[in-house]
Amino acid sequence: MNAVRRQRLILVMLLLAGVVLAVTLVLFALRENIDHYFSPMQMAAGDAPVGQRMRGGGLVVPGSVERDNESLKVRFRISDGDGEVTVFYEGILPDLFVEGSGVVALGVLDSDGFFTATQVLAKHDANYMPPEVQKAIDAVHAKTGYIKPVAQSELRSLQDGT
Amino acid sequence: MVPEVGLLALIVALCLSLVLSVFPLIGSYSGDLRLMSQARVLSFGLLVFVALSFACLVWAFVSDDFSVDYVARHSNSLLPWQYKISATWGGHEGSLLLWVLILVGWMAAVARKSNHLPPELVARVLAVMGMVTVGFLLFTVLTSNPFSRLLPFSPPDGADLNPLLQDVGLIVHPPMLYMGYVGFAVAFAFAIAALLGGHLDSAWARWVRPWTTVAWLFLTLGIALGSWWAYYELGWGGWWFWDPVENASLMPWLVGTALIHSLAVTEKRGLFKSWTLLLAICTFSLSLLGTFLVRSGVLTSVHAFANDPERGVFILFYLMVVVGASLTLFALRAPGVDNRIQFAALSRETLLLVNNILLTASAATVLLGTLFPLLLESLDLGMISVGPPYFNAMFVPMTLLLAFALGIGVLLNWKRGTAQWLISQTRWIVMTCVIGGFAFARMFGQDLQVMQVLAMALVLWIVLTMARDMINKTRNAPGFWRGLRRLGPAYLGMHLAHLGLAVTIVGVVISSGYSVQRDLRMTPGDRVMLGDYQFRFDGVGARDGPNYHSDYGSVTVYQDGRQMTVLHPEKRLYTTMPMTEAAIDPGFTRDIYVALGEPLGGDGSWALRLHIKPFVRWIWLGAILMALGGALAISDRRYRVKIRNRIRCRSSEGVSRA
Repeated sequence: MNAVRRQRLILVMLLLAGVVLAVTLVLFALRENIDHYFSPMQMAAGDAPVGQRMRGGGLVVPGSVERDNESLKVRFRISDGDGEVTVFYEGILPDLFVEGSGVVALGVLDSDGFFTATQVLAKHDANYMPPEVQKAIDAVHAKTGYIKPVAQSELRSLQDGT
Repeated sequence: MVPEVGLLALIVALCLSLVLSVFPLIGSYSGDLRLMSQARVLSFGLLVFVALSFACLVWAFVSDDFSVDYVARHSNSLLPWQYKISATWGGHEGSLLLWVLILVGWMAAVARKSNHLPPELVARVLAVMGMVTVGFLLFTVLTSNPFSRLLPFSPPDGADLNPLLQDVGLIVHPPMLYMGYVGFAVAFAFAIAALLGGHLDSAWARWVRPWTTVAWLFLTLGIALGSWWAYYELGWGGWWFWDPVENASLMPWLVGTALIHSLAVTEKRGLFKSWTLLLAICTFSLSLLGTFLVRSGVLTSVHAFANDPERGVFILFYLMVVVGASLTLFALRAPGVDNRIQFAALSRETLLLVNNILLTASAATVLLGTLFPLLLESLDLGMISVGPPYFNAMFVPMTLLLAFALGIGVLLNWKRGTAQWLISQTRWIVMTCVIGGFAFARMFGQDLQVMQVLAMALVLWIVLTMARDMINKTRNAPGFWRGLRRLGPAYLGMHLAHLGLAVTIVGVVISSGYSVQRDLRMTPGDRVMLGDYQFRFDGVGARDGPNYHSDYGSVTVYQDGRQMTVLHPEKRLYTTMPMTEAAIDPGFTRDIYVALGEPLGGDGSWALRLHIKPFVRWIWLGAILMALGGALAISDRRYRVKIRNRIRCRSSEGVSRA
């Protein structure tokens, strides 16, 4: 093997090692930092893991928002029509946090079924609603006169609405 | 009437672009100069008609023509006039039209500036850009017509522009960003033309470089503007959220930066040719992906995407055609363009290769993090989100490595260098960096943060290696400054852009490591200390704007017992939604940032968000320096020397004839 070839071989090996290392690191980082979504129904039914960071979202139940008189602590319930879960949060709520509208919270579920949020997100555009969600809501509304579940896609739209 | 003229102009433009994408290309193969020269005329024609169409849409907005569906959805008669104009690109249809306008603008610029290029190349470049235009015009006319009417039941008033978009930053941000995105179409078209022609020399690289650099500098400014806008408009004081929409603009920037560096090697050394072509294709493909991700609704919801079959399918099809066709062409023709030139393991070429690998790798990780959730969701494997920790974990180390490679790359010469020489050059620099990094950490924080020390050491490293290189290069000149001037604008532009990177890193490191923030409840008269400043909340009053009501807060800021400034954060209620308007006292070394949360209870107390963000402005200052560096680099004489020669030839001909 001459010098040039050896050099090239070393280069290729180094590249390969670098790629393997990089891919491993990326997959590791990705696995560590994925937040799964669970609906209020899943949380209420105990299908969601306790003590692990996750996203939960739904409509804020009208009349459920209670504020602390001294601090920025706030408590409210979110619902997807089938289940409800109580959310604790301390901080400033987003502009579009309105009772009856959709929010997504990032936080941890405890063994008592309470969700402690570190971040609460609402969408940035009050008008935006994916067409099929609108359709679904309209259909339910026409049938029962009650706005029932939030489709998962709507929750996505809330979260990505920057 | 006017909207119909707009649509008609758009259809005429579509026809012109169809002609443009076929005949000049045929001419370039048959050697028919007449067909080839059509490309230029057609490009100018395209610009005229698309501009006419765009003007019609602007007119519809300015004249409050709410019978046009798009206007009715994105404007309102109370909207101030400047926002009526910017509302033109406030939604999907209009921003597509702006995209096309900028694309044909670039085409006309290429047609105008390409007198000195071989006619075959010009014809092919413009034809390829014509094909891109065909796709976009078809998309606009078939699925996203901005001129469709709401007749006979047109609404009396519009639904209003999203208040977040009623802002100076948003008037300028999309056009800047699109200038960047679309500008990479020029590099793409040149790459395809080179593949079609089957050969690529350093003259080709010299022609492409200025176009690529201009596109890159616009994209840089566009991203910086977007980040600045998010900082003061979203009301929570962050400047980058790793949001999919932001990532969509960052990916073409990263690959485009790699392209600029790879083009330098191709021009100077005739190396990395096929790699440069691939990067040009990738940059533009990512620009397309970015535009579509942001504007098509793919990101906001995968399901909406699937449920709007026309747009969704068109987008996928178009992306597949562009990426598929260009990569196929690349696979067929690229092996022919490379030539064998040796370079040593320790040389500027190698370091630029490292730069390219790091930049494309970070673009790939961003791509993975952005598309992974979409992929899982579309396969019904559950809903996930990839948070900022992933991106930070991947991106920060790679940026630091990049900064390290930058210093070595700047110092090393082309072809070969020796480790011994490098060590002798950097011995003192390394020591200074280590000491400087620790000194910085001492100065700023109580506890030692490894990342901050490392990052600041690398900032010093960039600056000092740069200075070392300038000293080396001016050693034989009569004086340092005269020597610098003699080195030329391209060299100085490179250093200025690299300095911009260092400045941005300083801003990121200090503002993310040493910001102080408090969210708290305040009653009028309350005082609170934060950092070196004392804040007094003076209550909230009511005010009216042109199209909103505002809760107008007042916060007095004291430093060392002296009153420094009074800030007025607002909570505005527009017709459609409420919005937080933060108040910022900007400074070179720190920003004071105050935002109103919500009213709490009946005693006039409010939730307030107070921030002190040191050096945050440096993030955008660095971006401005990078863009200035790019502008300086393309002012270099060698990009124009050919034209001048020609003019000289012509004038001497004229003289001899006379």
